[in-house]
Amino acid sequence: MPTNTPIFSAKNISMHFGSGKKLVKAVDDVSFDIADGEIVSVVGGSGCGKSVLAKIMLGLYKPTSGDFTYEGKHITNQRDHWNEVQCVFQDPFSCFNQFFTIRAQLKAAFGILKNKLTDAQVNERVDNALRAVNVLPSEIEGKYPFELSGGQMQRMLLARIFALRPKVLIADEPTSMVDACVRANILDYLMKLKQELKMTIVFVTHDIGLAYYISDRLFIMHEGKIVESGTPDDVALRPKSPVTIQLIDDIPEIHKEWIKR
Amino acid sequence: MATFEVENLSLHYLTRFGNKVHAVSDVSFTMEKGEILGIAGESGCGKSTLVNGLMGLFIPPLYPTSGDVRVNGESLMNRTEAEVRKNVLSRKVSMIPQGAFNALNPTRRVKDIAADVIAAHEQGVDKKQIYDRLRQRFDLFGMDTEKVLNAFPIQLTAGERQRSVIGISTLLNPQMVIADEPTSALDVSTQKVVIKMIFDLLEKGIFSTMIFITHELPLLRHVANNIAIMYAGEIVEKGTTEQIVFDPRHPYTRALMGAMLSAEPGQRQRKPVAIEGAPPNLANPISGCRFADRCPVARPECKLKDQKIRMVGGRQVRCDYAD
Repeated sequence: MPTNTPIFSAKNISMHFGSGKKLVKAVDDVSFDIADGEIVSVVGGSGCGKSVLAKIMLGLYKPTSGDFTYEGKHITNQRDHWNEVQCVFQDPFSCFNQFFTIRAQLKAAFGILKNKLTDAQVNERVDNALRAVNVLPSEIEGKYPFELSGGQMQRMLLARIFALRPKVLIADEPTSMVDACVRANILDYLMKLKQELKMTIVFVTHDIGLAYYISDRLFIMHEGKIVESGTPDDVALRPKSPVTIQLIDDIPEIHKEWIKR
Repeated sequence: MATFEVENLSLHYLTRFGNKVHAVSDVSFTMEKGEILGIAGESGCGKSTLVNGLMGLFIPPLYPTSGDVRVNGESLMNRTEAEVRKNVLSRKVSMIPQGAFNALNPTRRVKDIAADVIAAHEQGVDKKQIYDRLRQRFDLFGMDTEKVLNAFPIQLTAGERQRSVIGISTLLNPQMVIADEPTSALDVSTQKVVIKMIFDLLEKGIFSTMIFITHELPLLRHVANNIAIMYAGEIVEKGTTEQIVFDPRHPYTRALMGAMLSAEPGQRQRKPVAIEGAPPNLANPISGCRFADRCPVARPECKLKDQKIRMVGGRQVRCDYAD
């Protein structure tokens, strides 16, 4: 149900690490609202603070200063928070325990949910989730994570999301370890999550091309600050901030001069 | 004469049950001085296995099936691992690995890691000479030389680390440099700096040929002179960059180009098309075209007849029906 309360609301939040000379302002005085059902991309280079921002949204960090709320409330209990906010990380290989089968781990993920389901219900939801990412349940039956390819593993991470059906998904560079074909696939699944489950998605990436394709709104981050935000067409095609212009300029495009040899 | 030649190279892995997995089949190409050859293909198509083969480095379970690799006419095959490490690696063929962070020993300073490379290949050079050489070489890279050489890897940014790795790989002026996804762990701005450095080294003659492996076709368009597309262990199409990027002929290359996306005007409406299905399992014998199961224009006879490389529109294509 779209409501007027934003999913995430940040007012002047900062996240600092260290102190004195070694003070690092990972997130520096950032304010934004993310509405229900929106896909927002956070784009920036390495070390711009985008992953720290993602972790704040997941409740893994508490901002040093400022006010950060989820549906109008502060995040107090992480387990409760993760009932509704879930994530997909960059490296699928380090997200699964190599000693358990994929199915066991997908089922174990239901442990976080408050309303307990029966074993049969869990199995059914896992099967449906696997089909949603174009994997037949029989294909992974009895398989361990190391028996799958990188693309399949990344799909398993998304299957976990299809199974749990959280309200919000934080995707931190979910496509940086996979090739172009799998990347197109994953973007399709993210769109499907939005369309079928009305999920709010925060997509963290360094590739403005990807962000342009998928999102309703773009945030460009640089040195802890959001330097530009707006619709994909405004930001990607009519950039104003020098940081955005640089980011777009540095992407090797097929039809544009990049570096002269 | 071509400086780097690969002739009908086939490689296989031997599993512990005695099965062979034919990871690379019948790869042939030649390269001239100053050339950058891009190799693209999806994960698991044999790119990284091919890299090991091109260095002549066969560590079980990887074995050569047949074929030859020659640098300036000299074959790299049939050498022991020790001999390859002593005489081939770093001197003739050098490799830039993918993860710069994993490639550097976190407990040692960059200058000591680099000094080891020289000390392992040249007898009787003292430490001072080595460090002087390192300084001279690192001065070319546009970084703060003293800071980088004296730093531990963790103290450097991702870009500095990757440039250091490239610097170390090319210390002994190898003939051929093989870069396996050298920039895929970097953000776009750092990627550009690293690519500029690679061009600079090539121009200065520090190495003379390069193989650039990536699945980012838009990047290859700017980096490579020629591109080879790999699928299931075979080269399915090889031609100049212009031919492959703007006028692909093999159905797989076309599908690969369709999966690209970019932030150019009008691209938001264009949907990138993923290729359905998965590549064949190379542990099983395959007859006919390896792409037939996923090919949008496959004919019944495709699965029966092995496809041979033939010339179509000035480039090599492994498809009987490409035009």
